[in-house]
Amino acid sequence: MKQFLSFVKKEFYHIFRDHRTMFILLGMPVVQIIIFGFALTNEVKNSRIAVLDMAKDEASASLINELEASRYFEIEKYLLSYQEVEAEFKTGRIHMAVILPQNFSSDLLHLNTAQVQLIADASDPNMANTLTNYASAIIMDYLERITDGRKLPYTIKTEYRMLYNPQMKGAYNFVPGVMAMVLMLVCTMMTAITIVREKETGTMEVLLVSPVQPLKIVVAKAVPYMLLSMVNIATILLLSVFVLDVPINGSLLLLVLESILFTLTSLAFGLFISSVTNSQQTAMFISLTGMFLPTIMLSGFMFPIENMPGILQYISNVVPAKWYYIIVRSVMIKGTGLATVWKETLILFGMLLFLLFMSIKTFKIRLA
Amino acid sequence: MEREKVITTDRLTKRFGDFTAVDAISFEVEKGEIFGFLGANGAGKTTAIRMLCGLSIPTDGKATVAGFDVYRQTEQIKRSIGYMSQKFSLYEDLTVRENIRFYAGIYGKSNRFIKDKTERLLLQLHLQEEANKLVKSLPLGWKQKLAFSVAIFHEPEIVFLDEPTGGVDPVTRREFWNMIYEAAEAGITIFVTTHYMDEAEYCNRVSIMVDGRIDALDTPRNLKQQFEASTMDEVFLKLARKATRAGE
Repeated sequence: MKQFLSFVKKEFYHIFRDHRTMFILLGMPVVQIIIFGFALTNEVKNSRIAVLDMAKDEASASLINELEASRYFEIEKYLLSYQEVEAEFKTGRIHMAVILPQNFSSDLLHLNTAQVQLIADASDPNMANTLTNYASAIIMDYLERITDGRKLPYTIKTEYRMLYNPQMKGAYNFVPGVMAMVLMLVCTMMTAITIVREKETGTMEVLLVSPVQPLKIVVAKAVPYMLLSMVNIATILLLSVFVLDVPINGSLLLLVLESILFTLTSLAFGLFISSVTNSQQTAMFISLTGMFLPTIMLSGFMFPIENMPGILQYISNVVPAKWYYIIVRSVMIKGTGLATVWKETLILFGMLLFLLFMSIKTFKIRLA
Repeated sequence: MEREKVITTDRLTKRFGDFTAVDAISFEVEKGEIFGFLGANGAGKTTAIRMLCGLSIPTDGKATVAGFDVYRQTEQIKRSIGYMSQKFSLYEDLTVRENIRFYAGIYGKSNRFIKDKTERLLLQLHLQEEANKLVKSLPLGWKQKLAFSVAIFHEPEIVFLDEPTGGVDPVTRREFWNMIYEAAEAGITIFVTTHYMDEAEYCNRVSIMVDGRIDALDTPRNLKQQFEASTMDEVFLKLARKATRAGE
């Protein structure tokens, strides 16, 4: 036990002496939450649009008012002719143009139908999609209001509810993703690097010649990163609850336990990497390409797995972050319990055992 | 009267597949002796040391270190030996004191023992003022001397030094060897590998490995007579030229 404690203490010295790394480790979750929370958002706010109102009547004016009143759009310019539309897009000042035809009001009154043209800048397809959807929704709302009482023949009203995330906030999606990313980075990469560093400097040789069991060396190395990860989880959860207003709907205890499970899996992966590599560069490269990229790409956090080609869907199954991401989303956002995530939990647990087994085995082979 | 034997090997062998790294070596080392373990790169020195340190299980033959069997009692062997490698083995980002504490701690020494001995050691090495400085701020020679002191801090019976003076200037090397003599006088057996033939002259006895076998083993004086050479350098070259194996 005394051996073990001197070891853990030494690992903490390594971490605390390296101010830059420590700053990155503890600052990273904060920076990522801020970047994802405020900069990298899919939500549309105050998007600049141009309006070409050829009708200039009561109905067109009130529809334009509706658009302007919403927090999604801001009217940058009123255009006078159709020719101006493209020129305006080319300046890059607007993302969408709304065009109301000459007889908007009368068509609406007499024919019960009127046309509005939405032209969006689809050089950013997601943005274009979102904007036209929002605009259509506002127009539908408006239509509903003015036709109130006078039922139109054959209309199907769609009514939708956005479950778990009524305001469609991006934060609900990326908070679980950031948690997976940060834990993976801290645990896998840092553990791998710190062990390989001892091989590089030659201190590992001295440790192996000492009476400390190799397993103890490795566990002692993992402990500080485990604690650091707990601090990171706490930071992320506090930031998401108090800054981004993302609630923790499920059990906090379950969330923390699942996070510990994922942390252990990442640590085991780091150990495995360290037992098959001999230089810090290689260790870093393997952790980044082997774990960090798949975590971003294949966990379902950036891109929906359902839309991927079959082979990538299969590959995504071996990415631990995918399962952790599903668990966190279920527990934190949907508020479900172990009953719904037991399968994912078991898969993570299996991965943990497999990685531990593999790293201990390779470690032993190297010793013989 | 014969002195106590702390290392004995009898036809100790290690094979990796078809390759015989260490080929039936037999020798004995006495307590308090400075035993030079020489050989060109690839001659099998490192493999032999790894077996004696309990890091690698031999394929064949017998060996005991500090009275313990290299097959079954590696744990006890590890407790009885110290080790210093050719690579620098202290933590650069820890202070002198923290390094000493850490290494003494992993050998399970009591706080009392560590505290008293640390002060004495710092005094001996004239490092009192640097005790709380990071090791990376020390000159290489000091680091090397500190590393040696740390390797024998837990008072092992034998200390294995694997090319301990690589890259050190001649003055520091001389001082380093004075420390080795002091340790040997205190009863610690020194098992040292080196590429510096002047250092081989400082050893009580020297063995020279060629192609996995020990081709010569005697005092430096007797070896020079036997090979009709004036320096150990010549002895070594005469033997090493016979090697058929390529270097590492």
